[in-house]
Amino acid sequence: MNLGLSIISLARFQFAMTTVFHFFFVPLSIGLALVVAIMETVYVVKKDILYKHMAQFWGRIFLLSFAVGVVTGIIQEFQFGMNWSDYSRFMGDIFGAPLAIEALVAFFMESTFIGLWMFGWDRFNAKIHLAFIWLTSIGTMISAMWILAANSFMQNPVGFMINAKTGRAQMTSFSAVIKNPQLWVELPHVLFGAFVTGSFVVAGMAAFSLLKKKNVNFFRKSLKVSLIIGLVATIGVVAVGDLQTRYIIKEQPMKFAATEGLYKDSGSPAAWSVISSMDTQNHKTNWSIDVPYVLDILSYHKLSGNVKGQNTLNKEFHAKYDKKFGKNMNYYVPTKTLFWSFRVMTISGGVFALIAIIGLLFNRASSDLIIRQRWFLWVLGICTFLPFAANTTGWLITELGRYPWVVYGLLTIADAVSPNVSVASLLISNIVYFCVFSGLGIVMIVLSRRALHEGPDDLLKATDDAPYDPYGKGALSHE
Amino acid sequence: MSNLQLLWFVLVGVLFSGFFFLEGFDFGVGMTIKSLAQTRAERDVVIHTIGPHWDANEVWLITAGGAMFASFPMWYATLFSGFYLILLLILVALIMRGVSFEFRSRMESDAGRNFWEWAAAIGSFLAAFLFGMMFTAMVKGMPIDAHGDMTAHFTDYVNLFSIVGGVAVTLLCYLHGLNFIRLKTTGTLRARALQWAKPLYWVLFAGEVVFAILLYFNTDFFTKKPISTLILVVALVVLTCLATWGVYGNHEWLSFISSGLSLIDVVVLLFNGLFPRVMVANNAVNSILIKNASNSPYTLHLMTVIALSVLPIMLVYFIWSYWVFYKRLAS
Ligand code: HEM
Repeated sequence: MNLGLSIISLARFQFAMTTVFHFFFVPLSIGLALVVAIMETVYVVKKDILYKHMAQFWGRIFLLSFAVGVVTGIIQEFQFGMNWSDYSRFMGDIFGAPLAIEALVAFFMESTFIGLWMFGWDRFNAKIHLAFIWLTSIGTMISAMWILAANSFMQNPVGFMINAKTGRAQMTSFSAVIKNPQLWVELPHVLFGAFVTGSFVVAGMAAFSLLKKKNVNFFRKSLKVSLIIGLVATIGVVAVGDLQTRYIIKEQPMKFAATEGLYKDSGSPAAWSVISSMDTQNHKTNWSIDVPYVLDILSYHKLSGNVKGQNTLNKEFHAKYDKKFGKNMNYYVPTKTLFWSFRVMTISGGVFALIAIIGLLFNRASSDLIIRQRWFLWVLGICTFLPFAANTTGWLITELGRYPWVVYGLLTIADAVSPNVSVASLLISNIVYFCVFSGLGIVMIVLSRRALHEGPDDLLKATDDAPYDPYGKGALSHE
Repeated sequence: MSNLQLLWFVLVGVLFSGFFFLEGFDFGVGMTIKSLAQTRAERDVVIHTIGPHWDANEVWLITAGGAMFASFPMWYATLFSGFYLILLLILVALIMRGVSFEFRSRMESDAGRNFWEWAAAIGSFLAAFLFGMMFTAMVKGMPIDAHGDMTAHFTDYVNLFSIVGGVAVTLLCYLHGLNFIRLKTTGTLRARALQWAKPLYWVLFAGEVVFAILLYFNTDFFTKKPISTLILVVALVVLTCLATWGVYGNHEWLSFISSGLSLIDVVVLLFNGLFPRVMVANNAVNSILIKNASNSPYTLHLMTVIALSVLPIMLVYFIWSYWVFYKRLAS
């Protein structure tokens, strides 16, 4: 069967589809775990039962997200062997370790303590119960650290050598793999991005409820907690994003040139294109709207300096890599996608900061602007979805900007794919995953909306000493 | 073969043993949702018995897969790309059952609950069956080329032997699940689980005999390692006898431990037969050997230090969480 499809394009499509879908739920779970942990902490510190109900209520969304995150995560682990067996053979010595450590250290921790947290509300005193959600939350972050250590190696290989006999990559220094500078900009950026996601989902959902004027006190307090976390997280993600930008100019200049749509060198001082029309066939910029100096400020925090364009870099790469990979390589990365993705991500960062500040002002205890300014609640509600766009575009930059390599400068995509898997198998698995994900996505949205629609009434009514059972009838199915 | 390579072959086996012991009853309980449990209240209870645990149990599988990748990437690469479609189905089954518990609890209509109950039951059944089938096919020998790539045809993995292997594992899991329910519930469910286990154990005995005969004809286990293989097969039967005794004498712990150990015994039987290979090729020269499949000594050493320092801590809280929820649930 040949429909003009190659195993490479199908395997790449599948990787994109499964990781993007998985990464809707990963940052949501990491972020919600933190938000819920903070709410429960406020409960334990202030002894105000409202915050317990808050933790339980938003915990429902967290549990949904966690369940979908877990099941889509198993696909990721299997996928390297299934679709990328030659990658696994080449990289196993380095890549397997963080994956196994992630499971041993983080997955056991989160899955065990989330079980204790879910079912332990009336079995443990408040402080011990609080420890469970923090351990779950820390588990989710440790998991991010190990998987990003693996990803960072692919972006910036360190602490390894190529075994001359086998031709495989071999780890020579675990500490170098862990200290990879790429990891220490990527990890905080991803974690802050996850906190943005969790907090703005809570804030946005609270806004939808405030539009209906139900449980106003409950949702206004939820809004306050989430917007404070959201503001801090936004400042964090932008600040680290700046570090990351300056890091990739050095380490992956091609990626950076593409995010700025540069084909020719910028010259000094460098202007920044707000929008740009790019001709990816002929590698040139048709026209663009530029702001002078800004690119230098972004890149170097200075008012002068040249930023190399892709044409120059392409030549440099050919000089550097032709001996190993041949003359026919194409080093241009998908420029349009990177350019626009970068704008979606960074502009969302600005929007989050603005919205969080306005929201906190409107929501001051002394004012009821938040209820009266309905347009703002609508904007906030729409912000529920924006973090997902920011995260996804962020990953598009990171991963597509690595083209044509799977492991930067070492292994090309074409050499990584499983040679023995047929087009038919890949086609079937793509279709199956597509259907499963569509189903899960729909159910997830329907159930989250329903949880929000039902509101926290059952929790607010229940007396404190009635046992709380997450699978119980009253707790979730609302009868 | 170095000591480290041997150690990691054993460790991968230990992780799969842990997976089958734990997820074994988990699969079994999942299957009972649409068989043993007959009312909504009973279904609530059986799901509740594994509620806090199923996710952590499944991490044993993820860890086994990760450990395989971190120690024997050649094994991981060949196995996972070779058994592509089976693994795809296993993934779908694990996904459906994984979300089913949470989603079911949120359903408002009987139809909605019914759907996710079936998802849990079928998902559990398929996962157990397909794992059994895959591991049986794996020890029988598959078409693997010199590069280590396996291109199997339908009949290579779906044949009498692998189907019997799949059924045997499913049955073992189901009984293990019944034994778990006997331990964790009271009243009618507990009594019914006991009732159902009785005839099923006789079916299991028959299945084990058929499996042993097919094992003789389909693998080189009995020619290459006659003594250890025989001991393990006998051990399987003895464990099943003990479990049966536990059923007829109503010793709940005895049944549960025996059914768990028989699942582990099957894993040990397969790993013992594999040794010193990790993948058996039809053409013996292409079989993948422990000594050629592993990572460098540096990585194996590193992983050993990490695994041995983390596992004890992890086991403490893992077991503690079972102890916390050790209470019978009434229907
Ligand atoms: C103005 C603010 C921002 C800047 C300057 C920035 C910068 C960057 C850069 C340069 C990358 C590519 C890193 C690489 O390829 O190694 C990146 C990736 C990414 N960004 Fe942003 N970003 C910003 C805002 C955000 C926001 C608001 C989110 C999400 C809420 C976000 C989420 C991500 C994610 C998930 C990735 C991929 C993972 C990674 O490489 O870190 N970013 N960002």
